[in-house]
Amino acid sequence: MAKIVAGIASSHIPALGAAIDHGKTGEDYWRPAFAGYEWTKEWLRKSAMPDVVILVYNDHASAFDMNIIPTFAIGCAEKFDPCDEGWGPRPVPVVEGHADLAWHLAQCLILDEFDMTIINKMDVDHGLTVPLSLMFGQPDAWPCKVVPLAVNVVTYPPPTGNRCWALGEAIQRAVESFPEDLNIQIWGTGGMSHQLQGSRAGLINAAWDNRFLDRLIGDTDELRHIPHIEYLRETGSEGIEMVMWLIMRGALGKKTRCLHRHYHVPASNTAMGHLVLEPE
Amino acid sequence: MKESIQEYLAELEDIPGTRVYTAQRARQGYWMNQFAMSLKSAANRERWKADEKAYLADWPMTEEQRQSVLDRDYNRMLELGGNIYFLAKVFSSDGLSFVQAVSTMTGMSVDDYQTMMRAGGRSPDGVRSIRDSD
Ligand SMILES: [Fe+2]
Repeated sequence: MAKIVAGIASSHIPALGAAIDHGKTGEDYWRPAFAGYEWTKEWLRKSAMPDVVILVYNDHASAFDMNIIPTFAIGCAEKFDPCDEGWGPRPVPVVEGHADLAWHLAQCLILDEFDMTIINKMDVDHGLTVPLSLMFGQPDAWPCKVVPLAVNVVTYPPPTGNRCWALGEAIQRAVESFPEDLNIQIWGTGGMSHQLQGSRAGLINAAWDNRFLDRLIGDTDELRHIPHIEYLRETGSEGIEMVMWLIMRGALGKKTRCLHRHYHVPASNTAMGHLVLEPE
Repeated sequence: MKESIQEYLAELEDIPGTRVYTAQRARQGYWMNQFAMSLKSAANRERWKADEKAYLADWPMTEEQRQSVLDRDYNRMLELGGNIYFLAKVFSSDGLSFVQAVSTMTGMSVDDYQTMMRAGGRSPDGVRSIRDSD
């Protein structure tokens, strides 16, 4: 039987990818941002490499233009190419999918009343590839398979936090009915506080972000009930990406234990947060 | 849903200096965003760089939208229905980073903006709500 053994939350800021790709992670500006991932890289390499990552992220006008805007889309292909976001594709390996698991999840979730969009061809942008680089560095091939789960957080309204959490719970149920023995991690990406537009750009709210991190740990489910307007007012217009972390949290069950925590400001325009959680 | 869609949308308009990408903006900015999206392709970027006006003429945008793009006036583009993730293709084609492009919308120099970010960013105090400017 397949099982979700851990959850990872992380920002997926494009500048982090650019810093890795251009060999800048040792520079003074970037060193503290990347230092918080060393623990996780070591933990993954030594004892926790998953067979598959269900990677929750959002597409930033890369695979999806204004013609099709799926709220929840699951990548069922055998592979996903890194996308050209305007400066050429990132020099990272092709992402290998797990079509059997992805189709299993799609079927289970739809019957469980989550009306997923099934995607058979999709290029993946920094939202998906930056977390892979943060956790795995720069290998010739990614060390595990990935099921991309893309969430609309660009065109309003995005899904509610409660719906995201409930989708996570349904993903946990679906994983446990997959017959193959697989160690699965679920990653929630994006955030934390940031605003990339207008006169309020550069907004950061470290106190709010840290309270959010606190409440991903343990048995509270308060985060389900944060309305969109609170993310917008408190964490900037792009802080809404944090609803995706709730899919990860929901999939870890009633209670979590924190293995590692990292928070750093700034990375480009953004506050970065990172957690490693286990179901308890 | 506890509140009506009208109440939900009204709240989204109550944030200083922020244009939330609602259905109304998505409809208004449809062609501008699709234009920006087209710059994902290297071949299109070449054509765009060779003659921006001619490239824009192929897209059924309003004159105001075209001018705001030519001016690289990102606040104006947002007012006219642009979305920052789509518009990112325009500034990426110009070789600008998110910090460089985003800082142009704040009335600050890139250096001052970077200094603010290194000092912990912009506080939400006083910019949470237009209605009750707290
Ligand atoms: Fe993002």
